[in-house]
Amino acid sequence: MDYKMQVKKLNLYYGESQALKNVSLVVNPHSVVALIGPSGCGKSTFLKTLNRMNDLIEHVRIEGEVSLDGVNIYQPDTDVVYLRKRVGMVFQRPNPFPMSIYDNIAYGPRIHGITNKVLIDEIVERSLKGAALWEEVKNRLSASAMGMSGGQQQRLCIARVLAVEPEVLLMDEPCSALDPISTMKIEELVAELKAKYTIVMVTHNMQQAARVSDYTGFFLNGELIEHDLTNVIFTKPANKKTEDYITGRFG
Amino acid sequence: MMVRVTRQGYIEELDLLQQKVTEMGQAVDVALGLAMQALLGMDKELAEKVMKEDDIIDEMTIGIEDRCMLLIAKQQPIARDLRVIATGFKISTDLERIGDHAYDIAKTVLELEGVPFVKKLIDIPKMAESARRMTELAIRAYQTADLKLAEEVCQMDDEIDLLFARTFHELSQFVGDDAVKVKQATQLIFVARYIERIGDHATNIAEWVIYLETAERIRKPEK
Repeated sequence: MDYKMQVKKLNLYYGESQALKNVSLVVNPHSVVALIGPSGCGKSTFLKTLNRMNDLIEHVRIEGEVSLDGVNIYQPDTDVVYLRKRVGMVFQRPNPFPMSIYDNIAYGPRIHGITNKVLIDEIVERSLKGAALWEEVKNRLSASAMGMSGGQQQRLCIARVLAVEPEVLLMDEPCSALDPISTMKIEELVAELKAKYTIVMVTHNMQQAARVSDYTGFFLNGELIEHDLTNVIFTKPANKKTEDYITGRFG
Repeated sequence: MMVRVTRQGYIEELDLLQQKVTEMGQAVDVALGLAMQALLGMDKELAEKVMKEDDIIDEMTIGIEDRCMLLIAKQQPIARDLRVIATGFKISTDLERIGDHAYDIAKTVLELEGVPFVKKLIDIPKMAESARRMTELAIRAYQTADLKLAEEVCQMDDEIDLLFARTFHELSQFVGDDAVKVKQATQLIFVARYIERIGDHATNIAEWVIYLETAERIRKPEK
């Protein structure tokens, strides 16, 4: 089996304090992996190691290996900008740029050197369609993205990531700032996106993990306690701590 | 504007569950038909086939139960969705019991050991036909959400009960000194009883269909 991503014995320290302890995990292509666990358990930190977003934080030390298509992304010659194009990220709060809907999407392709207007038009349409937003905004592409609803803004951010044709999408609690209907739309979108992409999602919402993911990993105190098929985790978890957490006994 | 249905995958899973229950109903209906055919024709080979294929029906039950469990664990079903799952559980149990009774009837064929019937079987085939019809209609009512049909099925059970009473009375006449006749009469009484129970299970299924579609509980009082 060729894993899309593989993490081997990953340890991460913020200065003296260890945030991730010996985490190993594989991500199959075209699957959705959900990471759950109580606040401060390390799941968001872990997510950020998958495209080296932690590089931006001072005093972070990382040991172990994270590979994308079999190549370690922490080896010194890694082009981090290209890595983040291949492994895109959607954040908790929608963060559209203060510009038009169109320019939000065109921004990425433009900085990657695409100047052909026809081609950019195509990318904008394809990305908005991919994020299930096209029908809602196609008649107001020049309107400011700041005037959109929260749910629309989050789908715009997903479209913005899709515009640079990533392979893996990292989502850090993408629905926590959204209303239930917008949440359902994003979840539906995730189910569609996995046909083309591989998705790793951090969520506080256990039910969301159950609904959208193929695999679920449970983090606690920086350790990956259990990682298995979602169908297994939510019906017969192997570890008592996982069961206690998902059944609401603690956390 | 294109209308997007949210939770498409979940809705497909619910549809698939109903499809699996329907398929199981059809398999059970076939098993029952073959079991009766084996009995009336004293066909041991066919009886053995029915007994063997009961394993497939049991597997279907487990498959449906697992689907229901996963949907509950993963999707937080509510309202009609929840009733689809709850009735999936219940109907598959009723179907599994009908399948078991088809197995019991087939097993009786082997136990009768080819001894000619003490009398021509008249009411038992009638009962079986009614029971099969009820099962078939209950499943069709489930498949097509046909409340009227489900209500009709509930009404049909009285006829089987009546025939069972008559069959019981008739066969009990053979309980005397002739051990062979006693054994066979007893076995046939059991067959009649199995069929009577099948009618009850088909009635249950029809009642579950009504519950599924209306959320109304209409359990007949226990006799």
